[in-house]
This record gives sequence, C-alpha cells and structure tokens, in this order.
Amino acid sequence: MIVGVVLLLATGYGYWYRHRDGRVKARAVTEERLRLDQSEIGSLGERATLLQFSSAFCTPCRATRVILSEVAAATPGVRHIDVDAEHELALVRKVGVLSTPTTLILDNNGYEIARAVGAPRKAQVLASLEALQ
Amino acid sequence: MLKQIDVRGARFGALLTTFVLALTLATESWILALWQTAVFAIGATFGPARTPYASIFRALVKPRLTSSPTFEDERPPRFAQLVGFLFGAVALVGVASGISLLFTLAIAFALAAAFLNATFNFCLGCKVYLLLVRAFKGNKASEISLPAQVK
Repeated sequence: MIVGVVLLLATGYGYWYRHRDGRVKARAVTEERLRLDQSEIGSLGERATLLQFSSAFCTPCRATRVILSEVAAATPGVRHIDVDAEHELALVRKVGVLSTPTTLILDNNGYEIARAVGAPRKAQVLASLEALQ
Repeated sequence: MLKQIDVRGARFGALLTTFVLALTLATESWILALWQTAVFAIGATFGPARTPYASIFRALVKPRLTSSPTFEDERPPRFAQLVGFLFGAVALVGVASGISLLFTLAIAFALAAAFLNATFNFCLGCKVYLLLVRAFKGNKASEISLPAQVK
C-alpha cells in the first residue's frame, strides 16, 4: 500500500518537474526587480547577458552550456557567462538560486528580464532575447 | 577528461534500484535494505559503473541494445548514490534501534528519488547539492574568488 502512495506522489511531482523544468519565465517589469552590476559578474553583454549557474553534480548543466553558448554565438551583442554556483555564494544568495542549472537573462543594463530553472529551451531563450528589441 | 559512464546503464541501475527499494518497503526486509545500502556504498565509493547492477547491465542488457551509447559525467549519479547510501544508513539505524517509522520514511524517500531518476531523468544533485552548500557555507570564499571571474 505504502509503495503505491510513494510512487503516486513521486509521479505527481515528476510531471510537475517535467512541466516546469527548462521553462523560460519572463519577469515583471517593476521597480524592485533584480539588477546586477558589471562588477558582480565581470561584464555585461552589449545587448543581453545569459548568466548560467552550474555545479559539479549536475548533468543538465553541460547541455545548458551548449545551448547558451550557441545562442550567444548566433546573436550579436549577447554574452554567455557560466558561474560555478558553489564558489559564488554571495551572488547565488542575492539572485536566489536554489538549484542548478539556473539561467538568468539580463538586459543591457543588468536588469533580469527572464529566468529558467533546468536546461532552458533554446526557442524560448531566443524569444525572450527578441522581445528586448 | 572527466570520467564518463553509459547513460543507459545508469538508467537501468536506477530501475533496478527502484524495484529493490519498492520490495524493501513492501516486505520491510532489513536484509534487502542492507543489500541496497551496500550497493549504494559501492556506487558512491567506486562509481556507479562498478555496482552489481552495472555488471548485470553489461552482461545481460547491453548486448541486446541496438541504440548507440550516450555518455555523461559520472559525478552527478555518483553523488546520487551517496545520498542513497545516507538514506539507506538511516533506514538501517531505524532497524537497529527498533524505530520502524525511521526505516519506512528513509526507504520511502530513497524509493521516490530512484523512481524519479529512472522515469523522469530527475537529477538529484541539481536539486540538493547547492542547497547543502548554501546551508553549510558562509559568503567569505565567494568574496575572495569574485575578481577571478573578470576577464
């Protein structure tokens, strides 16, 4: 009986996880939205920055790296930065990163315009970059 | 080059682990819990490719597969084996101390994680590791390492 309950709960969580994983969510344009400064992440892209948080025990971090570097290479003015979350805990806490990979899309002023937890879907990343212009 | 393992083997291992843990929970057998905890210990110490389940995969399953192998970094599944081992150890403490609720809870969590890994490709290290680092480490190291990021 208990096995059935555990598997049922896990299945429910699994579908929720699959639904949410990698989804690029736009951030509302408000006064208190997150802004990162040049000095906090090295430097910002001219048009946008793809800020990736990775860790050692993370399989989809590699796929994320591939997707985001492709996007950055194909889109002028877009910079991809890959941060080792474990070694940038101050930034991790400020941004509110709870798991890896987490990707923030920042505009040219460092404002967060979107965020994805899990390997982001490439089309959605491109779409939110397009919305910048 | 980082150590790589066959993704299919890791998935097969997770499936067998799910099966064994489900059986453990249903029968409340401490022998099965001991077996699975020992398997987790081997996986965490020598890598997931060195467990008995990986041997079964190589001997019986792999020769019958037609898909070409894909490889992944072994560290994330190895970390998951360590987490599995800790849950198994807690379950065994439950057995030794006669607290059966401890046994049930620990095996239930391990079962849920193994099942999610086998069916949804759930990455335990992604969800757990950073939370642990955040809980146990202060900010100091990051303040020193930040200038190194500037290119």
